[in-house]
Amino acid sequence: MPNYQLDHLDHLEAEAVHILRETAAQFQNPALLFSGGKDSIVMAHLAAKAFWPAKIPFLLLHVDTGHNFQETLDYRDAFAEKLGARLVIGLVQDSIDKGRVKEEKGPYASRNKLQTVTLLDSIEEHKFDACLGGGRRDEEKARAKERFFSHRDEFGQWDPKNQRPELWNLFNGRYHPGEHFRVFPLSNFTEMDVWMYIQREKIELPSLYFSHEREVFERNGSLLAVSEFIPMLENEKPERKIVRFRTIGDITCTGAVASTASNLEEVIAEVAAARQTERGTRSDDKRSETAMEDRKREGYF
Amino acid sequence: MDLLRFATAGSVDDGKSTLIGRLLYDSKSIFEDQLLAMEESSRRRGDAVVNLALLTDGLKAEREQGITIDVAYRYFATPRRKFIIADTPGHIQYTRNMVTGASTADLAIILVDARKGVIEQTKRHAFVSNLLRIRHLVLAVNKMDLVDYSETVFNDIVSSFYDFASRLDDVADITPIPLSALNGDNVVEKSDKMPWYQGSSLLYHLETVYTGGTANHVDARFPVQWIIRPLSQEYHDFRGYAGRVAGGVFKPGDAVSVLPSGFSTKIKKIHLPGGKEIGEAFPPQSVVMTLEDEIDISRGDMIVKANNPPKSSQDVEAMVCWFSQKPMEQRGKYLLRQTSRETKAIVQELRYQVDIETLHKKEGVPVLGMNDIGRISLRTANPLFHDSYRRNRLTGSFILVDPGTHETVAAGMIV
Ligand SMILES: Nc1nc2c(ncn2[C@@H]2O[C@H](COP(=O)(O)OP(=O)(O)O)[C@@H](O)[C@H]2O)c(=O)[nH]1
Repeated sequence: MPNYQLDHLDHLEAEAVHILRETAAQFQNPALLFSGGKDSIVMAHLAAKAFWPAKIPFLLLHVDTGHNFQETLDYRDAFAEKLGARLVIGLVQDSIDKGRVKEEKGPYASRNKLQTVTLLDSIEEHKFDACLGGGRRDEEKARAKERFFSHRDEFGQWDPKNQRPELWNLFNGRYHPGEHFRVFPLSNFTEMDVWMYIQREKIELPSLYFSHEREVFERNGSLLAVSEFIPMLENEKPERKIVRFRTIGDITCTGAVASTASNLEEVIAEVAAARQTERGTRSDDKRSETAMEDRKREGYF
Repeated sequence: MDLLRFATAGSVDDGKSTLIGRLLYDSKSIFEDQLLAMEESSRRRGDAVVNLALLTDGLKAEREQGITIDVAYRYFATPRRKFIIADTPGHIQYTRNMVTGASTADLAIILVDARKGVIEQTKRHAFVSNLLRIRHLVLAVNKMDLVDYSETVFNDIVSSFYDFASRLDDVADITPIPLSALNGDNVVEKSDKMPWYQGSSLLYHLETVYTGGTANHVDARFPVQWIIRPLSQEYHDFRGYAGRVAGGVFKPGDAVSVLPSGFSTKIKKIHLPGGKEIGEAFPPQSVVMTLEDEIDISRGDMIVKANNPPKSSQDVEAMVCWFSQKPMEQRGKYLLRQTSRETKAIVQELRYQVDIETLHKKEGVPVLGMNDIGRISLRTANPLFHDSYRRNRLTGSFILVDPGTHETVAAGMIV
């Protein structure tokens, strides 16, 4: 009798592909939230595999704060083209111009929180009934309770106390008009699994993930990139350092780490040894103990 | 590296958080020796006070606030295996959460406080694990330090558990392990405090226990999930059936039939996601199949081996666990989801309720309320292609959905 065992990455891939196909089957108009970060890249890669040899049956949606690294935007455009997927971009600037949101002021200003409104507006405008996100349960404690199929009410809100149970391979994506779902195919991946999967699949990543020389300054123990989007305080001094990013998001809240890991093997070794979770470099989570849960309730990614 | 999914169940204060915290914490040191060195040095400096309970804080906070307690999924890995823990609350009012966590687990750790021994809760945890067909059980007898690491105490607990377990159905193995989660005895390393214990540590057992038998590799079942039609130049005539193998083994060339139409054909090719051709497909792989003949197939159909079809019927008997605050209605109408199928269903009869304190059958009960378990008969609008849950967890399970609220109101296991 052969031993019908799957390697854990094959197992995770099979599960994610199942979820992606289930999303295509249960929803009328799903979108894949693409940020240019490694998790959404892995998710899009899995989507391309799930529907082979057909194209991905989803639009890619990028909520652009206007404060992104140029590398991310270049990567995004090239990636969408390679997949042959249509990319739609929701601009936070538009939400500001329309007066839908108010820009934060001061040296700590970030458009991170404003993204929620732009995201929900994009969902309404395009009538998306499901948005695929690259969130993982090991990321953060509010995410740990997230379902694969996560229900959102007509205001886009998440109610962690009233979630649908998920058993076996059965997913319930039924909704009333105006409601939508967030779907998380990578729920059971850990940060390590994502890196190992990237290595196995030879997925190309934006260069920001690997060590490079950059002008940075220190704030609250994080290294932030020197950029026009973050005013520096008087006591903050720019310095050139060899750094890389562990997550990629809005410039104003994505911290770099000092690192010389210049290829995947070195990055993986670094991840394995890291004490701090990758979100430890995100100042958006540091705002309060329940920052993520609060943002998620309102409809954040 | 393979994957083991396990569930943990225990009563409040048996030490579940401490145990999980220890597994999570200690396994990191196994995973990365560099980390160990780092922790060692910080411990020498005296600044790394490791609070194990912190690692599983989420559930604690919920308990304190008295809000809905959920299943929490936790992850750790050793060089041998990746583990997914479904950390489920043990109290009777959270039976549905335990059922949810158990539905995807291959092994259950049932935690007992050595001072209390086997109590009613222990039996209920074992019953739920067994109902969900978890075939590998670990009886973790915790707090051995509080009973002087006594062999007699341990043996008495084990034998009273075995007495009860003889009533369970189809359990592959029960592994009793004496532990102290607090001190780490027999969690990762074997303890020298219990020289009388011949078995392995909990982690070693989790790393090495063979659970390959949980999936059914005999009865070939392929629920069609999605049809892939590229309509491109290169793949002009390609028509692939995408889905996840739910049972048995499929190979190119196999004679198959398609339900409900009953048409027969052969498998042409099987592809992994991304296109790689493979010689056989088995659970839980997600694949795409192409067939020799053009047949009209849609989502919800099932491809099976021609000589070994599943049962096909509109009447099924099932054990259900009720999830909703709104009780199950006799003659109530629901939407039923099984494999990739959805159909309407009506509850014909509530045959009995299982008293989950005593495990006795109660007949003549009018309704099932939240967290109740009982046996019902159902009639569906369209036939279900199914096996008994005992034979196949994936083709024998279903959920019921309230057609008005769209809530998932019950989980069912076909008898
Ligand atoms: N002496 C002793 N105490 C333990 C052991 N395991 C847990 N405890 C203590 O028992 C209490 C409850 O443990 P906890 O892990 O919170 O239990 P839970 O409610 O099952 O999650 C805590 O005070 C723990 O320190 C053990 O092996 N020995």
